[in-house]
Order: sequence, then structure tokens, then C-alpha cells
Amino acid sequence: MSRLKGWKEMRKAGLVEPASSLAVKTGDWKVFKPVVDHKKCIKCFRCVVFCPDLCIEMKNEKITSNLDYCKGCALCAKVCPVKCIKMEKAR
Amino acid sequence: MNKNKIALTGAQAAAEAMRQINPDVVPAYPITPQTQIVESFAHFVADGKVETEMIRVESEHSAMSAAVGASAAGARVMTASSSQGILLMLEILPIASGLRLPIVMNVVNRAISAPINIHCDHSDSMACRDLGWVQIYSEDNQEVYDNTILAQKLAEKTELPVMVMQDGFITSHCVEEVEILDDEKVKRFVGEYNPETSLLKNNATFGALQLPDYNFETKKQQSDAIERAKIEFLKTGKELSKLTGREYNYFESYKLKDANYVVVSMNSSAGTVKSLIDKLRKKGKKVGLLKPVLFRPFPYSEIKAALKGKKIAVLDRSESFGANPPLFAEIKNSLFDINAKIQSYVYGIGGRELLEKDIENVFENLMKNKFEEKTRYVGLRE
Repeated sequence: MSRLKGWKEMRKAGLVEPASSLAVKTGDWKVFKPVVDHKKCIKCFRCVVFCPDLCIEMKNEKITSNLDYCKGCALCAKVCPVKCIKMEKAR
Repeated sequence: MNKNKIALTGAQAAAEAMRQINPDVVPAYPITPQTQIVESFAHFVADGKVETEMIRVESEHSAMSAAVGASAAGARVMTASSSQGILLMLEILPIASGLRLPIVMNVVNRAISAPINIHCDHSDSMACRDLGWVQIYSEDNQEVYDNTILAQKLAEKTELPVMVMQDGFITSHCVEEVEILDDEKVKRFVGEYNPETSLLKNNATFGALQLPDYNFETKKQQSDAIERAKIEFLKTGKELSKLTGREYNYFESYKLKDANYVVVSMNSSAGTVKSLIDKLRKKGKKVGLLKPVLFRPFPYSEIKAALKGKKIAVLDRSESFGANPPLFAEIKNSLFDINAKIQSYVYGIGGRELLEKDIENVFENLMKNKFEEKTRYVGLRE
């Protein structure tokens, strides 16, 4: 995070610029992160559909998690029909 | 100078100012005794005399919500209400000020329930004195008209919402001669409204979540803005003076300078006090009036300078249950370090009349040096 601004340098009324979510990484407080066993994955996309933070994408035929926004809720692991996603300590 | 005088009620005077300002949006809901404002303005809309989009909402909560939405979108927005209507808006009032939206609302002061009462006291506007709105109080119909025009420019300069008060029925429903400016002059005075940021122009998010790391700073900005509104009020008043020839100060001083005994009173009762002062002055009594106009932000140091060395009675038209009445509390705060002789009175609750003999009694008590800690009541039966 950059330095916090003082009241004299801030925009009025807490107005926020568009696309501020790109600047604020909201996944830094997770306890667990998803780890995928790509050999077991059947590419059914259930994790992609269920992820509440839209963190899972299919890239080059492989599912990838965007850990900048993943909160570690483990829903992906829960809905995976072949149990190829395991939750591991994030740090 | 323009001398176009017409007979108007206080409510019509507010509507006439609104017609000349020609706001983009007016969301409103009728409530006694404010109804005449919205009703008169609806005529202007129906007759095509304004270009306003009038939104007939289902409640005052919706009226202020629509005002906030329209104002955030970049529109010039005005509305009006009274009593329970303002209290229904209460949730949205600090959102208007917190988002720094220059909404102007004419308030016709009326008692608040329960018991239900439609007559004048100031408990409605006093209930929202700490919500970040600028508050301007008006004695008569002319002041309602002038203050509404002043308020529009002040609101847009300071990016703060403004309430303009008048007394229910006493001002709102009584006809007086009001000097009206040319439409063109008012149009030029308020100018085009071009907000720096709006939903439609710059794509900003209004009202996003703010956590402990930033909320304190945003509130400090708001506090700074309303403090600066004090200076802007005088500046805007000076500009309006050039058109009307009348003065716009934080408070009106009536025979105050050489007075030993002073009554402090707001809105229509100030007229009754002035009339009595003229009579007492003829008998050689050194009596005067200080009539606060700008109540938020409150001009502490200026009031202290004006009241120094005088014996003071403050007349409040509302209670702050369990504490000092609101106007008295502010006047006493202004004078805290000079040990002034000051007495609190409450009068006119629920529309109880205030007669000259009541005020004469207040002056006599000042002259007899009768002061006590407790609030006294004018016109109350034991």
C-alpha cells in the first residue's frame, strides 16, 4: 500500500475513481490458498463458475487462481467433482 | 435599482425565488405548512414557466433520496418540507452534506409530533442542526425570497446543502409586499451550474465504503468546508446586496450598539421584538435586538463582539430536552469567557403566540437584573 493521504490532499466526500479495485488488492488477508493438481483436473469449469471473487480463469487449458483477490474461501475445492484442488497455508 | 413589488405569502416568495432560479430537478412531497411552496412551484412547472423536472415522490424520504441522486448526477436541485417531513428525510440529510451536494431546501418551521401539531416552532430544523447543512433563518417574506437566492449560490460555491427557514403560517401563509428582482438578474446571479464532478460527467463513485483509514479525513474536510461557508456567506451576501440594496450579515443588529438590554431571537418573532423596541426606545429605554440569520455555521466570535457588556435574554422557539435550548446554548458558548449576564427563555412552542407584553416582561426582568440558571417560559400556564 502507498502512503495514506491527509485530508488536505484527498478528493472531497470520499469520491472514488473508476476501477479502483485494480489498485486495491483485496486478497492479502487469506489464511489458505487453492493449489491445483493439473493432472487430476477434468476442465469442467465448476470452480470458474462458483468462485465468488471471479479469481479463477482458464488459461492455456489450465485453471489459474488470481491470488491478489482470492480470499481463500475454499468454495472451488468444495465444488470440484474430482477433488483436484487442495487448500494450503497461504504463508 | 429594481422596484418590482408584489404581494406574496412567504411560501409563494420561496416558490417565486425557485421559479427564477429554475432548478433542473425538484423532488417534493406536500406537508402542512410547506405545501403552498410545492403547490405554487407545480403551477410554474405546469404552465411551462420553468424547465424543471418535478418528481412527485411517495414520501419525504424519497424526496431527499431523489434530490441526492439528481444532484450527484450534476443537476441543480431544490426541494421544500416541514416538521415530520424533514424528520422522515433525516436519514438522507447527512448523505447530502457528506457527499457535498449543493441541494437547497426551503423549510417551513413547524412543531414535531407527538402530540401532532401543525403550527410553528423551530424543533424541526433544530433537530437537524448538526447534520452538515448550512442553516439560514428568515424573519419575513422578503428575507425568504432573498435568502433562497443567496442560498443557491452559497450552496454551489461551498458544495454544501443549505436550508432556508421561515415560520409556519406566520410567515408562510401571510401576505406581504415582496420586492422581486428581474428574472434575468437572478439568472445571472446564480449562473450556470457546472459541478466539477458528477456521475454523468466524470464517472466517479459517490458514497463508496470508507473504513477507519480514511473516514476521519473526509469528515474533517466537511468540517473545514462548512467553516469556510461563513466567509462565503458574507461574500455571496455582498454580491446580492448590489442587486437588492439590502444587507446580508450573520445576524441583524436592531438598535443594538448602544443598548444595555438585548433580546436574541430568530425568525418572525424578531419583528414583534423590533416593534416593541421602537415603543420602549421612545420611553428612553436602551433596548435592542440581535437576530441570528446564519445558525450553521455559527458566528461565535462576531456574536461575542456584538453582545459584550450587555444584559441578554435569549428566546428559543424549541427545546433541547434535558439540555440548554439550542440558540441559548450557542449564545452562551459565544460568551463563555466574558461572564455575561444571560437568561434563557423558551416561547411559542406548538404555535403559542408571542405578544409584545410578553417581550416587555422579558426586558423588564433584564432591567431588574433578574437572572437564574433555569430556563424561563414565556406564555406558559402553570
